[in-house]
Amino acid sequence: MNEHSLLFNAFVYLLAAVLAVPISKRLGFGSVLGYLLAGVVIGPWGLRLIREAEDILHFAEFGVVLLLFAIGLELNPNRLLAMRKPILGLGGAQVVISTAVLTAIGLLLGLQLSVAVVAAMGLSLSSTAMALQLLTERNLLPTPAGHSGFSVLLFQDIAVIPMLAVIPLLGVSSAVDADSGFDWLALVQAIGVILLIVVGGRFALRPVLRLVATTELREVFTAFTLLLVIATALLMQAVGMSMALGAFLAGVLLAESEYRHALESDIEPFKGLLLGLFFIAVGMSIDFGILLRDPMLIAGLALSLVTVKAIILYVLGRIYGLPSRQLPLFALVLSQGGEFAFVLFGVAQSFSVFPAGITDTLIVTVALSMLTTPLLMVINDRLIAPRLDRTPTPPMDEMEDQGHPVIIAGFGRFGQIVGRLLHANGIDATVLEHDPDHIETLRRFRFKVFYGDACRLDLLRAAGADSASLLVIAIDERESCLRLAELVRENFPHLQVISRAWDLAHVFELLEEGVDVVERETFEAALRLGEDALKQLGFTAWRAKQAAHRFRDHDDETLRELYRHYHDEFDVRIRISADAREHLREIMQSDEEFLTTQADSDWQRASKAPGDSKKTQ
Amino acid sequence: MGSESTIVVYFAHLAIENSVINSAMKEAVSDLPNVIFRDLYELYPDFYIDTKAEQANLRKADLVVFQHPIYWYAGPAIFKHFLDTVLLHGFAFGTGGTALHGKDFLLAASTGAPAEEYGPDGIHHYPFADLMLPIEQTARFCGMRWLEPLVIHGGHGLPADVVAEHATRYRRLLENYPSIG
Repeated sequence: MNEHSLLFNAFVYLLAAVLAVPISKRLGFGSVLGYLLAGVVIGPWGLRLIREAEDILHFAEFGVVLLLFAIGLELNPNRLLAMRKPILGLGGAQVVISTAVLTAIGLLLGLQLSVAVVAAMGLSLSSTAMALQLLTERNLLPTPAGHSGFSVLLFQDIAVIPMLAVIPLLGVSSAVDADSGFDWLALVQAIGVILLIVVGGRFALRPVLRLVATTELREVFTAFTLLLVIATALLMQAVGMSMALGAFLAGVLLAESEYRHALESDIEPFKGLLLGLFFIAVGMSIDFGILLRDPMLIAGLALSLVTVKAIILYVLGRIYGLPSRQLPLFALVLSQGGEFAFVLFGVAQSFSVFPAGITDTLIVTVALSMLTTPLLMVINDRLIAPRLDRTPTPPMDEMEDQGHPVIIAGFGRFGQIVGRLLHANGIDATVLEHDPDHIETLRRFRFKVFYGDACRLDLLRAAGADSASLLVIAIDERESCLRLAELVRENFPHLQVISRAWDLAHVFELLEEGVDVVERETFEAALRLGEDALKQLGFTAWRAKQAAHRFRDHDDETLRELYRHYHDEFDVRIRISADAREHLREIMQSDEEFLTTQADSDWQRASKAPGDSKKTQ
Repeated sequence: MGSESTIVVYFAHLAIENSVINSAMKEAVSDLPNVIFRDLYELYPDFYIDTKAEQANLRKADLVVFQHPIYWYAGPAIFKHFLDTVLLHGFAFGTGGTALHGKDFLLAASTGAPAEEYGPDGIHHYPFADLMLPIEQTARFCGMRWLEPLVIHGGHGLPADVVAEHATRYRRLLENYPSIG
């Protein structure tokens, strides 16, 4: 009788996801459709493995909360400002016009005004998860269509928030407003909570995050991140406002903090799983009774929705000057209804904006429209796009305007010097550092420093490793340097890598990992001190400098020779890790040979300037 | 096409990124198959010149070119240092110092001032050729033939077609070597 136990349910969800999603992706339909179908299969209209679809949907809405938190993290004010034209213009036009047209259609179909408006608002939104996934899979995000699509989605994501706020007013107004009047206390509470989040997020959160980060326990940091989002969501819910809005606010407030990437990558798996669960729950809650009762109506609604949205997008894309060969792509990829429609309709139902039956009909319609997008994209790829243009679309210049050309991993005693030199020459670098104390100091000097372990792939990606051209490894740990070099060689082969090294063995190991330039961290400083020693002993500054130069050349040569030697060995690794004393002996021997040869070649002693010479001509 | 002869071009400029004429000239010749192009400040930013390597390059060459802007009536400082540290006794002059004998030497220089400033009435007072006498004598002293220098005056803000024409002329000169007219 424990078939409804937590573990059993988790087992069913995970199994369904693990089976359905890879199949759906393999067929080119993307993960969202896989989750939806998995939900259908395990739900009340399928195998009936899960019954309480409603509860799960409610719980999984937290995935949407996390999604909005993550979107907030992406939206630092500068980036928002740079994109304001396409976001507000194109995105705004899409939402407003689609809502207006769809409302008109709703009225024509005989819906009440408030119902038509809410339905149209929900249907005007596209599926961020699906559209971004489809664009990413085709590597189209950096093209004009991808750029515009992203802007529209961004506007929609923000537009959801006022939409969510409006629904209760539309629904409850008739029932509550009449007798209880306007609830001033609720308004004050709501404003108070938002102020608390803004002020707290702005001033209190960063020191607290820093404190948590100092524990150097990653799971505690993760726990704190989740706690933060849940607390914000609960706080908002307590005063009757959208949990998603609260999470979004918290995200925006943290978008400029150095912990942004760490927060983002910590929340990523939770967001992904919960969103997956959300889609599964949506799939489960599709009422096939409705679809079967009136298949023509639902199919007609879904097709009309997609057609209307695609036409509006096509026209807007043309007005906003998208290249004509990309217009079909832009119009189709955003033509579906999206996950936010589910949320909006769910909320609308709970505030009884919608009469019974409408919600289910609309949700089935949206789900069906989502099913069409992957198919339409396949048609576009195979039939439409090849006719419009045979040449591949050139990538756009400045989609990722926040990527810096240089990433410096490690900003301790070593990385600081490299970073300061670049900074002093006007070159921007993204810095990865895992010591919270350093970060706090450097922030005051307006360095762009991010908190996190540089050896994590997600962090590297977030820091812009895909678009950067140079990575400087300046980590204070020899094993981490090697791990990072290997990670970069495997995942970002275009990146040039230069690295700090400990000793000869480390130099060789780094070279084996394909690092382009390696400097022993103590060599130049020690050489400089040696030069000072020669000066103290009476060498002229010039002669001491020349001696140091010559010694560096000799050392370079020795190093190259040793490396060639080691590289030819059968097992490079074993030889490399040989005792450092072995290296020292060979090097000292080579130094002695150097001493005997340099006496002959020292031009400063051997030569005379031509002016001094009487023998010539 | 004198493809069998080897040409070594020594080049130096303190801010090549700002010099249109020297960039164009560098571009014009550095890809020629028989040219060894040596950018001295790029190779030796700390003035530690590899004497042996440069002596080897000079030995290989039939034609030695110094390409540079004129700073204070001579090439950039590293050229003087090059002479001091590479054209040594026993190599370029003195006992057994015959390594450069019989080679050709070409000065390819650019000046900021227009041609008319080099003369009794100009701000530089002396004819350009007179001001180049130290390097001319250096070449002769080492047993090299002094070729007619390739000079472009008024190097700041030259029209694009003049720059292109001069660069092409420079390239032709090296391409057609040793038949220099």
